[in-house]
Amino acid sequence: MPTYQLKVNGISQTVEVSEDTPLLWVLRDHLDLVGTKFGCGIAQCGACTVHVNGIATRSCSTTIAQLENKEITTIEGLSENGTHPVQIAWKEVDVPQCGYCQAGQIMTASAFLAQNANPTEEEIKNAMHGNICRCASYTRIKKAVQNAAKNIES
Amino acid sequence: MSTTKKDNSLVFSRRGFMKTTSLASGGMLIGFNLFQSCKPKAEPSIDLASLNYNDFNAFIEIADNGAVTLYSPNPEIGQGVKTAMPMLIAEELDVAWKNVYVKQGDLDTENYTRQIAGGSQSIRSSWEPLRQTGATARQMLINAAAAKWGVDASECTTSEGVITNSKGETLGYGDVVKDAAVMEIPEEVTLKEIKDFKIIGTDASNVDIDKIITGKPLYGLDYKAEGMVYAAVLRPPAFGQKLESFDATEAKAIPGVIDVVKIGESANALLNSEKRNWTVVLGSSEKVVVIAESSWIAMKGKKAIKANWVAETTLESTEFQDEKLNGLLDGNNFTTLREDGNVNKAFASADEILERTYESPFLPHNCMEPMNFFANVTADKIHLVGPVQTPEFAAQAVAAMLERDVKDIHLEMTRMGGGFGRRLYGDFVFEAAEISNTIKKPVKLISSREDDMTMGVYRPAIKYRIKAAVKDGQVTGYHIKEAAINGNMYGLIPNFFPAGAIENYKVDVANYKSNITTGAWRAPYTNFLAYAEQSFFDELAEVMNVDQVQLRLDLLENVKGTTDERIQYSPERLQQCIRMAAEKSGWGISKDGVYQGFVAYYCHNSHVAEVAEAVIEDGLPVIKKVTCVVDCGIVVNPLGAMNQIEGGVIDGVGHAMFGSFDFKNGAPTTKNFDRYRLIRMKEAPVVETHLIQNEFAPTGLGEPTLPPAGGAVANALKAATGKRIYKQPFMQDPSFWKTPEKEILG
Repeated sequence: MPTYQLKVNGISQTVEVSEDTPLLWVLRDHLDLVGTKFGCGIAQCGACTVHVNGIATRSCSTTIAQLENKEITTIEGLSENGTHPVQIAWKEVDVPQCGYCQAGQIMTASAFLAQNANPTEEEIKNAMHGNICRCASYTRIKKAVQNAAKNIES
Repeated sequence: MSTTKKDNSLVFSRRGFMKTTSLASGGMLIGFNLFQSCKPKAEPSIDLASLNYNDFNAFIEIADNGAVTLYSPNPEIGQGVKTAMPMLIAEELDVAWKNVYVKQGDLDTENYTRQIAGGSQSIRSSWEPLRQTGATARQMLINAAAAKWGVDASECTTSEGVITNSKGETLGYGDVVKDAAVMEIPEEVTLKEIKDFKIIGTDASNVDIDKIITGKPLYGLDYKAEGMVYAAVLRPPAFGQKLESFDATEAKAIPGVIDVVKIGESANALLNSEKRNWTVVLGSSEKVVVIAESSWIAMKGKKAIKANWVAETTLESTEFQDEKLNGLLDGNNFTTLREDGNVNKAFASADEILERTYESPFLPHNCMEPMNFFANVTADKIHLVGPVQTPEFAAQAVAAMLERDVKDIHLEMTRMGGGFGRRLYGDFVFEAAEISNTIKKPVKLISSREDDMTMGVYRPAIKYRIKAAVKDGQVTGYHIKEAAINGNMYGLIPNFFPAGAIENYKVDVANYKSNITTGAWRAPYTNFLAYAEQSFFDELAEVMNVDQVQLRLDLLENVKGTTDERIQYSPERLQQCIRMAAEKSGWGISKDGVYQGFVAYYCHNSHVAEVAEAVIEDGLPVIKKVTCVVDCGIVVNPLGAMNQIEGGVIDGVGHAMFGSFDFKNGAPTTKNFDRYRLIRMKEAPVVETHLIQNEFAPTGLGEPTLPPAGGAVANALKAATGKRIYKQPFMQDPSFWKTPEKEILG
């Protein structure tokens, strides 16, 4: 199997996997970064969202071969100790129920706020629409993104 | 936890499953069984004197510095009990919540050999026992302090972990834990009065929040073990089919595929052994399993298997099921679950009769974490790890299937990425165990979303036909017929409102057996029944020309003072919810372009009223807001409670609007989220929640707000569009299809 060089959360990694392996499974099975979740495998639910060069990306549908020289950030690398404004807001609002989708929600929200630090409610809804929460904690997700925007501003 | 084994001063309780010990490292440890203690009438099944710490699954540790740690091995499915149950203990122990740590003992294989099911516990059943546990520990600490001071224990008070005597002297819990640990466990303790609560009723964050937001391993799919391989299971594509033959040549050629094996023999042997009825979850076909070095390769290998399947029984379609259910409704093969008066007489003398039929589809659970489980079957023991709500049942079935002693099995539960009823069925546990037993390796069974959605234990399609008689402005008769699949409404459901409110009342049920596996789905039966009945009442009010709210208040008036013990809903409490929902939502006050739908419902021992508000946007109805009033007695953790309520309402709205699941030739036609529509952010209404304040013991919250939501939406859609919908999902109604030629409702 071919070898690939990856930069994940600032650390260079080498993995030996088949070229069609999605980033999701490289992270989970080969690099022990299990914070990124498997939900649907077809980029429909957002549970597997990571940042590739700062852009929110569905890791289940991005193959390893597409990622040479790209900077990948996962939930584990979003901040040192859960101190990213979005993580802080998630905690303040106490968003999770089962919690499984929340890493993907946080990665989507943090990439969005990096592009638009002062969003309207409609913009937040649009940005988060691609991430399913089966427990339907949408009310709190929206509130947490609003709080995070305020945290970033101050 | 290693210190727990150095118990040098055991004291046995005469009260039940509780034991204390002092720790070699300092401090006091109280062992009890978190879930056994939640069954108030449970008798200890074994001699107390023979107990050792392996028989406990929860521990309170009070350290020398007064810090309190609660160890609990049984995590949760998202309903918040892992936070709320410790709050009950902390309240009576009288410590500050900020000084309480809740730790999950999920990797402590030495100490937790006895896991108790987590399926049906609730705050309702733990309300007294857990507070008694905390109060007992507190009393022992007081007794120790009193002995030290040489005063009577009754002179001492506590506050936030500090004991004070009548002279004003103080001792911290940490100062007396060593003494307390060897004291006799008091026979009786006094619980706090509600007005003195300091923790119950205050907001507490999810105890796992830090791990969740930083992506720490928590869930079954995150679990790994040395030497573990991955298994993907190829099951029959349709219910009613079984494996005839397969060719694994291509799969085996994929680098990383270790082996391809067949399972099902052990499961079938168990099925045929008549030891117990395990059929609901095992299936009768053999299955092909790809064993691989990674998840991706296992899934890829599964796609490369060429299998031939043959039909064994009927390959059902949605049309077939419709025909069957309609046949049941039109037929005479009913079982009567409740009958008051004589409905036929009421219909014969009625001024008006309203009869309507309501239909719902199958629904998959769609937990965000697909079904998975770890198994390592060796000659010595069987190690099972993963998300399952019924570990005892799973362990028993695995033991029976592999002809092993159940004592060989050690099962650990992980936090679950959703449950909704699906993880009550341990099919994935049995499969994982059979695979590990076959390949003699530790293995993680994984499922793709397609596997998960097509190997379901679904909420079955149901139809209700409801008929009411009206005479002289009163509802004089009510007859509901249920046509269901594989089972019928059970327990007290036939005694829910309007039972007791209408003189002539009858509940009839019929079902047919399908080969499609069905089971519990969040709020079983009521998740659809509530919509059918509450939509019917809405229409009945129109027929009677009375206000929807007034009709319900009037009917409930008839129930007051009932001596019928089967009726457990309270007409007074439901009326209070109704009045508050009407007031808070501005019911009856016309708002331009906003159309309201009203619902009041009782289930899971809680009373709920909801008002949904629809507007027409771009020619289509949209639910913008739901006002929800809940009476679940005392609310232990309002922060968690509000999350459950909002989630339940939005989940209910989503499935009523969009949830659609059909079968063709025995196979689901929808396999992933590209075609299965779950509610998302932009469709989620604002939920305005009001909790009734009272001093009743707490009742359920994970389910009761979901069933009414569908009815509230249906009634709001009727108000908005003039169109009454008798079939879920609502947005599949042709009148809501938006086509370029047709501006539907604008």
